[in-house]
Amino acid sequence: MPHTKRRRLVTTAVAVSLGATALAACGSEDDSKADSGPVSLTYWTWTPGMDKVVDLWNKGPGKKDGITVTVKKQASGDTLVTKILTAHKAKKAPDLVQAEYQALPTLVSNDALADISGEVGDIEGKFAEGVWQQTMLGTDAVYAVPQDIGPMMFYYREDLFEKYGLKVPTTWEQFAETARRLKEKAPDKDLTTFSANDSGLFAGLAQQAGAKWWTTSGDRWKVGIDDAATRKVAGFWGGLVKEGVIDDQPMYTPSWNKALNTGKQIAWVSAVWAPGTLTTAAPDTKGKWAMAPLPQWSLDQDVTGSWGGSSTAVTTDSAHQEAAAEFAAWLNTDHDALNALAKEGGIYPASTSAQLSGAFSHPPAFFANQPDFYSKAADIAKTTAPSAWGPNVNVAYTSFKDAFGAAAKNKSDFTAALRTMQDDTVADLKKQGFEVSR
Amino acid sequence: MSSSTSRRSYGVKGAPYGFLLPATVLFALFFALPIGYAVWLSFRKVRVSGLGLGSGARKEVWAGFGNYTEALQDSELLHGALRVLGYGCIVVPVMLGLALLFALMLDSEKVRLAPFTRLAIFLPYAVPGVVAALLWGFLYLPDVSPFSFALDKLGLPQPDLLDGGPLYLALANIAVWGGTGFNMIVIYTSLRSIPAEVYEAAKLDGATPLQIALRIKIPMVAPSLVLTFFFSIIATLQVFNEPTTLKPLTNSVDTAWSPLMKVYQDAFGRNDIYAAAAEATLIALVTLLLSFGFLRAANRRNKRDVSQGGVR
Repeated sequence: MPHTKRRRLVTTAVAVSLGATALAACGSEDDSKADSGPVSLTYWTWTPGMDKVVDLWNKGPGKKDGITVTVKKQASGDTLVTKILTAHKAKKAPDLVQAEYQALPTLVSNDALADISGEVGDIEGKFAEGVWQQTMLGTDAVYAVPQDIGPMMFYYREDLFEKYGLKVPTTWEQFAETARRLKEKAPDKDLTTFSANDSGLFAGLAQQAGAKWWTTSGDRWKVGIDDAATRKVAGFWGGLVKEGVIDDQPMYTPSWNKALNTGKQIAWVSAVWAPGTLTTAAPDTKGKWAMAPLPQWSLDQDVTGSWGGSSTAVTTDSAHQEAAAEFAAWLNTDHDALNALAKEGGIYPASTSAQLSGAFSHPPAFFANQPDFYSKAADIAKTTAPSAWGPNVNVAYTSFKDAFGAAAKNKSDFTAALRTMQDDTVADLKKQGFEVSR
Repeated sequence: MSSSTSRRSYGVKGAPYGFLLPATVLFALFFALPIGYAVWLSFRKVRVSGLGLGSGARKEVWAGFGNYTEALQDSELLHGALRVLGYGCIVVPVMLGLALLFALMLDSEKVRLAPFTRLAIFLPYAVPGVVAALLWGFLYLPDVSPFSFALDKLGLPQPDLLDGGPLYLALANIAVWGGTGFNMIVIYTSLRSIPAEVYEAAKLDGATPLQIALRIKIPMVAPSLVLTFFFSIIATLQVFNEPTTLKPLTNSVDTAWSPLMKVYQDAFGRNDIYAAAAEATLIALVTLLLSFGFLRAANRRNKRDVSQGGVR
């Protein structure tokens, strides 16, 4: 009796461990070096409807080359960066990932992204120089293919601007003047709000003013968050908050939605994707908004920043980097793919030729009153200032939220908050062991 | 013969270990091992060389107690702990006070609709913490809150519940709303287990319902009060859901509002799992010290009370 029992136990144990091996095998099926046979790739992305776009590939060019791509839907932005890094520690990152431009240095610094300059170098001409340069991080390597961009623009309620006799500001000085005039005419309304929750917006505004937050010289990083350009931007918004002519509550809250929907806030400094946000945040205001270029720091300038935008990157863990790069290039340059991306995912393509064709030949439904929306947008996109991201954008962004949140609450000095942001960022770099130059 | 006896006795001797094995394996795999790994991580850190781009730029090295000394010197962590202390000073007494009050009221003889009331008070506990925090967050936001609307219509001032001192009340309110029901059930259950003779004797001695509640019921449910207090301390030290959910709604909650939020931020915002592991270990130690320290103190007092009762 004990014998049979023991044997059964052993059999079960063997079965269990076999099952575990089978499971483990499932996880690593991509490891087989089979560039000769059919290739299957996994792609982590948060773009809605990406599975439909990938279907185009799997039925078309992918079928011909024997490359099948599977989409795994993920959370957006920083959450995905963390997930990629965790997967990469186990050497199990997917073949392809979506990554925001500011996340690229973090991913590259963790050796998660492969250099695909050899595979995608020839499509460089399809993108604006400033956009492509973001994927190179100041090296000769190319770590991603640009997918969408978020050039910044000024959105305003056309009807309310007329009602209060306001003019669309073309400089930031006029912007401040407009905020003051509105406060005089309608004290319960605000032109807009300064949101300490949206680090990306502040980064874009600083970028427009000419700031370069992270630069390299030799083997050293230089952090320029507290530079003259950013100080100008911080001082400007801090002044408006202190004066009380704009609101200081965060964006993307139920309160903010209501303020936009009821016309309590009548303008929004945002990016090309704003129509999508306004459609859900302020549904009652359809057709009442208009878009204009971002106000400038001086009249002879014509430059904008970017808020958002992402790229498609190939990981170092991928066993089929060449095939993955081929797909990334197709996804972001092929006419049909970009059209489908615009239709299904609502993205604004980085590829310049796609910015005026197909889905972008007529304005977004929410802006039906502005027929030239996308031709204007394409013109603005061309004026995007170059950006400069570093390996700890996440730290700077968190520091921004905390320091500027407190400053907005206390209506205190924004430039002091900026100094905190600079100090936190430098301290973190040094702590990690990066060489930082003064 | 002899061989079979020896085998049988061996089998019997081994039996307890056999029974223990599953629990031991599970404990080792899912409890001891992860904790051990976290502690191991807390003694490590990453060194970057040069620009930190490309392969081989990052190396994991031994950090000794570096992560711990940094965590102990970190003002963010300290401020977080102080904030949680303030929050706990509101939550624990209010929640347990209400729970005791409700339990006593439900246990009194004159109560009507007891099953319904019990369920109604307990129900918020069944609402997931994140949902509860979101729900209250919307009720706190002045522009969408029906309370602010009503106060505005009545011409009364509307307090900003998401700022300064009121923020603590706002956060504590969510925890009290969600936790009172659970604690009430614990206390109520132990009230029900008090034998009826005790009450009868008290009544014969001429005790009023209030006297019965204060002199008999509360002392007799003291062990459950200790237990609920113990749970509440742990829950307070681990507060995370409520402030994290309210964070995007206001400028007043920063990313390291509570110690656990700081751990989360370090692990997943800054990708520094080593510092996060050290902080988590420290929080676990403090939780252990506080909760078991309290339990020991409570036990000692109980024993003393019992012995004094015996002498009397």
